Amino acid sequence: MTIAAIDSPQTAVPTELARGRGGGGPAPKRVVVAYGFWIFILSDMVMFSALFAAYAVLSGNTAGGPTGAELFNLRSVFIETMCLLLSSYTCGIAVLSAERRDPTRLFIFAALTFVLGAAFLFIEVTEFAGMVDKGAGPSRSAFLSSFFTLVGTHGVHVASGLVALVYLVAQVAAKGLQAAVLRRLLCWSLFWHALDIVWVGVFTLVYLMGA
Amino acid sequence: MLGRLTWAAIPFNEALPILSGAVVGIVILAVLGTVTVKGWWPYLWREWLTSVDHKRIGIMYVVLGLVMLLRGFSDAIMMRTQQAIAIGPSQGYLPPDHFDQIFSAHGTIMIFFVAMPLVIGLMNFAVPLQLGVRDVAFPVLNSISLWLAATGALLINMSLVIGNFARTGWWAYPPLSELAFSPDVGVDYYLWSLQISGVGTLLTGINFVTTILKLRAPGMTYFRMPVFCWTALASNLLIVAAFPVLTAAFVMLLLDRHLGMHFFTNDAGGNQMMYVNLFWAWGHPEVYILILPAFGIYSEVVATFSGKALFSYRSMVWATLGICILSFMVWLHHFFTMGAGADVNAFFGIMSSIIAVPTGVKIFNWLFTMFRGRIVYKTPMLFSVGFMVTFVIGGLTGVLLAVPPVDFVVHNSAFLVAHFHNVIIGGVVFGVLAGINYWFPKAFGFTLDERWGKASFWCWLIGFYLAFMPLYQLGLMGMTRRLQHIPTPSWQPLLWVAEAGAIVILCGILCQVAQIYVSIRSRERRLDLTGDPWNGRTLEWSTSSPPPAYNFAVLPRVETVDAFWHMKRTGRPPAEPTYESIEMPRNSPAGFVTAFFAVVMGFSLIWQIWWLAILGFLAAITVVLVAAWSTEREHEISAAELAQLERAR
Repeated sequence: MTIAAIDSPQTAVPTELARGRGGGGPAPKRVVVAYGFWIFILSDMVMFSALFAAYAVLSGNTAGGPTGAELFNLRSVFIETMCLLLSSYTCGIAVLSAERRDPTRLFIFAALTFVLGAAFLFIEVTEFAGMVDKGAGPSRSAFLSSFFTLVGTHGVHVASGLVALVYLVAQVAAKGLQAAVLRRLLCWSLFWHALDIVWVGVFTLVYLMGA
Repeated sequence: MLGRLTWAAIPFNEALPILSGAVVGIVILAVLGTVTVKGWWPYLWREWLTSVDHKRIGIMYVVLGLVMLLRGFSDAIMMRTQQAIAIGPSQGYLPPDHFDQIFSAHGTIMIFFVAMPLVIGLMNFAVPLQLGVRDVAFPVLNSISLWLAATGALLINMSLVIGNFARTGWWAYPPLSELAFSPDVGVDYYLWSLQISGVGTLLTGINFVTTILKLRAPGMTYFRMPVFCWTALASNLLIVAAFPVLTAAFVMLLLDRHLGMHFFTNDAGGNQMMYVNLFWAWGHPEVYILILPAFGIYSEVVATFSGKALFSYRSMVWATLGICILSFMVWLHHFFTMGAGADVNAFFGIMSSIIAVPTGVKIFNWLFTMFRGRIVYKTPMLFSVGFMVTFVIGGLTGVLLAVPPVDFVVHNSAFLVAHFHNVIIGGVVFGVLAGINYWFPKAFGFTLDERWGKASFWCWLIGFYLAFMPLYQLGLMGMTRRLQHIPTPSWQPLLWVAEAGAIVILCGILCQVAQIYVSIRSRERRLDLTGDPWNGRTLEWSTSSPPPAYNFAVLPRVETVDAFWHMKRTGRPPAEPTYESIEMPRNSPAGFVTAFFAVVMGFSLIWQIWWLAILGFLAAITVVLVAAWSTEREHEISAAELAQLERAR
C-alpha cells in the first residue's frame, strides 16, 4: 500500500470530529488518571485470578486434614460479607458527597466505610485465628495454603484500602476538595468496589461451594 | 539481630567470585570517586537521578541494560569455556555448585535485567516522541519503575559476593527451589529481586498503556500511530496481563519457603506442575513482551532506510495484535513432556504453529517494504536484515519444537538452547542494537560511528552463527542443556566452535564500546543539526536533537501515518507558530529514595533480618505517601518563556 492509498481523502476525517477514534489530542487529566487506575485494577484482577486458579487446583488436596465443610462457619462469613457490601454503599455515598462538595457528609460516610471495613477485617482475622488454633493453619495442607493465601490477599487489599482511606480523608481535611484530591478519592472508590467484586468470587467459590 | 547474615556468607575461599567482586567494586568506587572529585553530584542528582523526563529515564534504562549485558555475557563465556574444556577426564575450572549458579544467573539477568530494561528503555525514549506529546501519563511513576528495576539488578548482583545465587535455572522450578532442597539464600535472591523489579515493570505497563491510548497528538487516530507505538502498546498490554501471574506464582513459592505452606511441595498435597503452568502463563507472553517492540523497531528502521512507507501498515498492526492474543494460548508448549495427554498437547502444538502465521506476515511486509526501495545500509538497517535471515531460522526451529513428538525428543536439549538464543539474539538483541544506533542521534545530538557500528554488526552476526548452529547439531546428537561436564568426547570439536562464536560476539561487544568512545570523541564532527539525520518518517524526527525537555513547543497536528514525512512533503509546519503556555512535570526524588529503601527491604528479606525488612518497607511506603501528598507536580512554562527558549535553540 502506498502513502497515497492510506492518505486518501475519505480516511482524512477532520481531527475535531475524530475524538471517538482518539484523534482529539491528549485526554484531560481526569480521564488519564481514571483510565490508568482502571488498568491497575485489571492487573490486580489478573493476580487474583491466578490465586483463584491455585485454589481451584488445590482445594481438594486436604492431605488428611480438615476440609472446608468442617471449617467454614457460614453465619459469620455472611455477616462479614454484609459488612463489606454495605461499606461499598457507604463508600458510594461518600464519593457522591465529595462530588457535591459536602465535606461533612463525606467525613461521616468515610468513617462509616472505615468502620464496616474494619469490622470485615476483624471477623476475618478472628476466623483465621480460630482455624490456626484448631491446627488448621496454612501449613497444614495445600488446600489450607491456598485458602489462606487467596482470602488473606483480599484481606491485605482491604487493609491497605483502609490505610488509603485515612490518608485521603486527611488530604481532604488539609487541602479541601480540590480537583486532584477528588480524582484520588474517585480512584480509591474504584478500588474499594473492585474488592467487593473479588469478595463475591471468594464468597461463592470458597465458602458457598466449600461448605 | 542480622538474621542469617554472618561473615561466612562471603566466599573468601573461592577465588572467582571474590576476584570478580573486587574488580566490580573497584570500578564502582572509581566511578563514584570521579563523580565526587569532579563535583558532578549536584548535576547528576538534579538532571538524572530525580529526573522524570521520559527521555532521560529511557536512557538510564538502556545504560542499565548494557551494563547488565556485560555481566550476563561474562556468565555466558564462562559457561562456554567450561563446556569446551570439561570433557572426558577433565573437570574444567567450574565446580558443579558454581556452574549451576552461573547458568541460573545468566538466564535471569539476560531476561529480566538486560532484555527488559533495553526494550523498556527504548519504549520510554521513543514512544512519547512518536506520539507527539510531552511525557508519559504518569512521569513520577515512571521514575519509580526505573529505580525499582535498578533495585532488582543491584540485589541480584549482590549475590555474587554476599551469599550465593539460585542453582535452579532461571525459572526456579519446585521442588528443587523449595526450602527442602534449596535451603540457603540463593532462591531468595532470585525471588525478591524479581518481585521488586516486577512491581516496576507492572507500573511501566500501566503507564504506557494509558499513555498510548489516552495521550496522542491532535489528529493521531489509532491507525495513524507509528508501528513502534502499536507494538509497544501490545507489549505493555501483555505486561499488564502477564506480570501479575508471575507475581502470584512467586508469592506462593515465597510462602512455601518462608511460612511452610504447601503450594508446590512434594508433601501435604502440593502440586509442582501448577508452578510450571503459572510460570509459563507469564513466561510465554514475556517472550512477546520482548520481541514485539523489537518488531516495531525493525518496522521503523526498514521503512526509513528503504525510503518508502511500510508495506501494508494495517496488516502489520493486525499481525501485532494477533500475536498479542495468541501469545496467551501457547504456554504449555514449554512442557509438553508434563504428560497432559494427546488432546491438550495437540491443541497447544497447533496454536504454537499458528503464531508463525502473523510473524510470517510481518517478515513479508518488511521484505516488500525493501522491494524497489532505495536501501541505505546504515548500521540499524544491517541489524534489521541480519534479523530477517536469522529470525526465520529461529522461527522454523520453533515450529519444529511446537510439534509434540519432536519436542519429546529434543526437550531440554542443546537444540532448545540454540532455538531460544536464535530468536532472542537474532530478534530482540539485534532489534535493540538497531534501535540504539537509530535513536542515538536523537538522544544525544550526534550520530554513532558507522565503521565501528558495522564491525560490531558483523561480529554479532558471525559470532551468533558460530556459537549456536553447533548447539542445534549437538542437541540432535543428544546433548542436554546445562551440562557442567561433557561425557562424550566426540562433541568437543563443535563445543570449541561454539566457544569461538562466543569470542567473536565478545569482539562485537568490544566494537560497540569502541563505537561509543570514538563517537563521543569525534562528536563535534558528527553533530546532527537538522534533527532528522536519516530522513525519518515519524514525529520524533520533527523536533531537534536532542529534543528540549518539553519535546514539542506546539503539539504537532497529525493528518496521516508517517506524519513527519507528510509534513516534509507538504512543506509544513509554519515558520513561527503561536505559542501557548505549557505545563511540565517537576523533578521528583521519590523514585530514587523509594528504591533505596526497597534495596534495604529486599536485602533484609533475603537474609531474614525481619526488623530491618519492616523498617525498609514502612520507609518506602512513607516516601510514596509523602510524594503522593503534593498536588502541585507541574510547573508552568509561559508562552513568552517558551518563545524565548525556542528562538534560542
